[in-house]
Amino acid sequence: MQNISIKINGKSVSGSVEGRTLLVEFLRNDLNLTGTHVGCDTSQCGACTIHVNGVAVKSCTMFAAEADGFSVDTIEGQENADGSLNKIQQAFQDHHGLQCGFCTPGMVMSAADLLKNNSTPTEAEIRTHLDGNICRCTGYHNIVKAIMAASGQDVSAIAAE
Amino acid sequence: MPKDSGIGTSPKRREDVRFLTGNGKYTDDINLTGQSHAVFARSDVAHGKINNIDISVAENMPGVLAIFTGEDFADVGGNPAGWLINSRDGEPMKEPKRPVLAHGKVRHVGDAYAAVVAETASQAQDAVDAIIADITEFPAVVDMETALAGGGFVHDEIGTNQCFDWGWIEDNRAATDAAIKSAPHVTTLSLVNNRVVPNAIETRASIADYDRGTGDYILYTTSQNPHLTRLLISAFVLGIPENKLRVVSPDVGGGFGSKIYHYGEEALVLAAAKKLCRPVKWTASRSESFLTDAHGRDHVTKIELACEKDGTFIAFRTDTMANVGAYLSNFSTVTPTFLHGTLMAGNYTVPNVYVNVKAVFTNTAPVDAYRGAGRPEATYSLERVIDKCARELSLDPIELRRKNFIKPDQFPYASAAGLEYDTGNYDALFDKLEEIVDFGGFNARRAASEKNGKLRGLGINSYIEACGIAPSNLVGILGARVGLYDAATVRVNATGNISVMVGAHSHGQGHATAFPQVVSDMLGVDENSIEIVHGDTSKIPFGMGSYGSRSLAVCGSAVVRATEKIINKARKIAAHMLEASEGDIDFKDGKFSVTGTDKSLAFGEVAFKAYVPHDYPHDELEPGLEETAFYDPANFTYPSGAYACEVEVDPDTGQVTVESFTAVDDFGNVINPMIVTGQVHGGIGQGIGQALLENCTYDESGQLLSASYMDYAMPRASDLPFYNVDHSCAMPCTHNPLGVKGCGEAGAIGSPPTIVNAVVDALHSGGHTHVTHIDMPVSPVRVWSAINN
Ligand code: FES
Ligand code: FES
Repeated sequence: MQNISIKINGKSVSGSVEGRTLLVEFLRNDLNLTGTHVGCDTSQCGACTIHVNGVAVKSCTMFAAEADGFSVDTIEGQENADGSLNKIQQAFQDHHGLQCGFCTPGMVMSAADLLKNNSTPTEAEIRTHLDGNICRCTGYHNIVKAIMAASGQDVSAIAAE
Repeated sequence: MPKDSGIGTSPKRREDVRFLTGNGKYTDDINLTGQSHAVFARSDVAHGKINNIDISVAENMPGVLAIFTGEDFADVGGNPAGWLINSRDGEPMKEPKRPVLAHGKVRHVGDAYAAVVAETASQAQDAVDAIIADITEFPAVVDMETALAGGGFVHDEIGTNQCFDWGWIEDNRAATDAAIKSAPHVTTLSLVNNRVVPNAIETRASIADYDRGTGDYILYTTSQNPHLTRLLISAFVLGIPENKLRVVSPDVGGGFGSKIYHYGEEALVLAAAKKLCRPVKWTASRSESFLTDAHGRDHVTKIELACEKDGTFIAFRTDTMANVGAYLSNFSTVTPTFLHGTLMAGNYTVPNVYVNVKAVFTNTAPVDAYRGAGRPEATYSLERVIDKCARELSLDPIELRRKNFIKPDQFPYASAAGLEYDTGNYDALFDKLEEIVDFGGFNARRAASEKNGKLRGLGINSYIEACGIAPSNLVGILGARVGLYDAATVRVNATGNISVMVGAHSHGQGHATAFPQVVSDMLGVDENSIEIVHGDTSKIPFGMGSYGSRSLAVCGSAVVRATEKIINKARKIAAHMLEASEGDIDFKDGKFSVTGTDKSLAFGEVAFKAYVPHDYPHDELEPGLEETAFYDPANFTYPSGAYACEVEVDPDTGQVTVESFTAVDDFGNVINPMIVTGQVHGGIGQGIGQALLENCTYDESGQLLSASYMDYAMPRASDLPFYNVDHSCAMPCTHNPLGVKGCGEAGAIGSPPTIVNAVVDALHSGGHTHVTHIDMPVSPVRVWSAINN
């Protein structure tokens, strides 16, 4: 067992983990931050996407011990200070960018990472960026649309309600 | 004035906020005090005899609480098939037992033969790794034709790998054969409807708890239909009385069919919880999901279309082998039969239809209903052979379809495959498609593609499906072992807010938002004061869950009936309060008023009176305002659609890209257009996935080659285009109170043939006229090989 301390969503937490404990397991099981999901065991679905030191990371690809001393952001810390949805979250709701909601935390975290580096991504850039995030419900149409809308682009010409 | 709330509007989904902030509650998010963890030991061979399972090392490992093997469940019941199918000769289908844990033999890779329960999941996994299973491997039965030819049997006790040999409609067989024999033109096509893995992004998970004091069980599980799961466990498998078993299906991360069924892991955690008097939790890894979730499709089909030289259809004859895998999953016998064969007349006035389906046991995971369930298989066969026929006869694919469409004045229409379609207007759907899609500009777009060295193809398709599953009296005659009604309770609370308990289960479909729109319209109250309760057998009267695009058509109808009862009772209360006779009370826009006077009461005032009945005529009125209704549909509903897409094919690599996709569907009335559009998007995404990417493959020894997201090509954002979706051509269902038909499966049914038709069209434009068909997934290697013979 190893003692670690991590800053999660701005708060310092510490815990003791086995060497084999994945960061996502630590978040979900030890900290009860169950908004970060697990959808695969080969690091491909992206449901576990979080930010580590400001960069999008699949939290199933990291051991908890490796995150010792790092700053981690999860879906639970994404709302605005007043508790309202942030602009990406709001765009997902406005444009029906989620159905079952299981891929959604990872999608939101991945989208945030994209928009940080590219404030007005094209449709193609968004689709390419999302290659590491699988959604089985939406056919991606409304996810792509929501991310374009969140970046301030006019999406009214894109088909659908 | 357009409405701003209720039916036909698109309020934002209220469930989204919790999903977007990480506050969803999925099964694996639940942790119970004192919980232990189960991990399964699974066969790594496809077929073998279990000689011995040595747990002596494993049981003494740290944290291990209990180990179970098939022996422990030898005396409990099997997990049954929900539908009895008879073969053509009248013989009932073969129903080998599906045990909780494999006993005697393992029958597919991933078949669980033991389970360890330990303090932690890691300890349980370590102990599983220490179990020594002595299994004599037998040759695997994988290919269906070989399976039918005999040799090794998946289930020795039945002495065959054929589950049934079903004919539909047997009385039409001779006439269909004769019609094909004498027809001026016959188009024949052999095709494979590729096996796919549903792949809901949330894997299956279950937690069981047992109260030693009361003998009550709770099972939290990833189910599309908690009542059905309870029924199966109670009546067939463990025999726990239903009033002692509460099944809770919380937020569920997608289902697509795979979470309809009861699986052995649910029974195991229940039995273990009782034995240990502790909660027991199990969550599948994605690898386990690939190996053990019920897969979809897997048909090998030969279809013949007989017609006149002018394209008038005379007959369809279909021969299909349907893989059911190693065990019969709950809906596995109805999917390739009644959900497939009855749709084999499509949208057409064809007089002769005959379908033969042989269901085949193999040493692979069970195969069952997957989004569309039988209807995508029917549509794919029909619409591919029609497309081939159009080409052979040099007819326009739209004109050929239109020529044979059932016309609007022919409804209700008794199809040659045994269904009565209540309503539809297939020409109107194609009119709309022609209005939306710029067919006139296609040649210019094709020329532009050619300039870039690409071939461009246009694919056309139409479909009909049978949804709103299903009238109990009809399905009873056809072999169903359950009724397929649904139920709802509307509870008006004392302060006027409303809880609606529904038997449908939402795992992405937005019931929490859409169902209140219906109740709000009927009662004239704010939809935000209405809450939907689902997914808990202790809170809901009953229900058959969500699949087969049935939630709104069947459960929504129950909601309407229960709400009508509420209005009737509230009217009586209002009459009492307003000192008028019941017949003089009008109810409109949430107000009860006495006809011809200005005396009125708001709905909330009446509700309050129901719970504070100080001056009630107790001999005439009961306190409270809560009503339950069960609704059994009179018929299936029949959504239909006209689809078109354009693809580009790179002849050098065989790569196909979807350039545009348009879906025009008739879903009858639409409650929430935004949600309906999203359902179509998702269905199209899955259909394109099946058509271009997804393929579940076993090798000849029964090893699953596509057992992870590294080997199984899931559609990603960059594989898919924006879709153009229209559902303005609404012919409301004639027999349910909302006039709704169901939209959940349409996209997955309509899109695969549209894509393949477009690819074949593209290749023909490039002079590759020898290519009449490419099996799905239409991958680069298959396209390249087809081009290059
Ligand atoms: S769980 Fe991390 S990528 Fe799938
Ligand atoms: S919303 Fe269900 S997986 Fe994306």
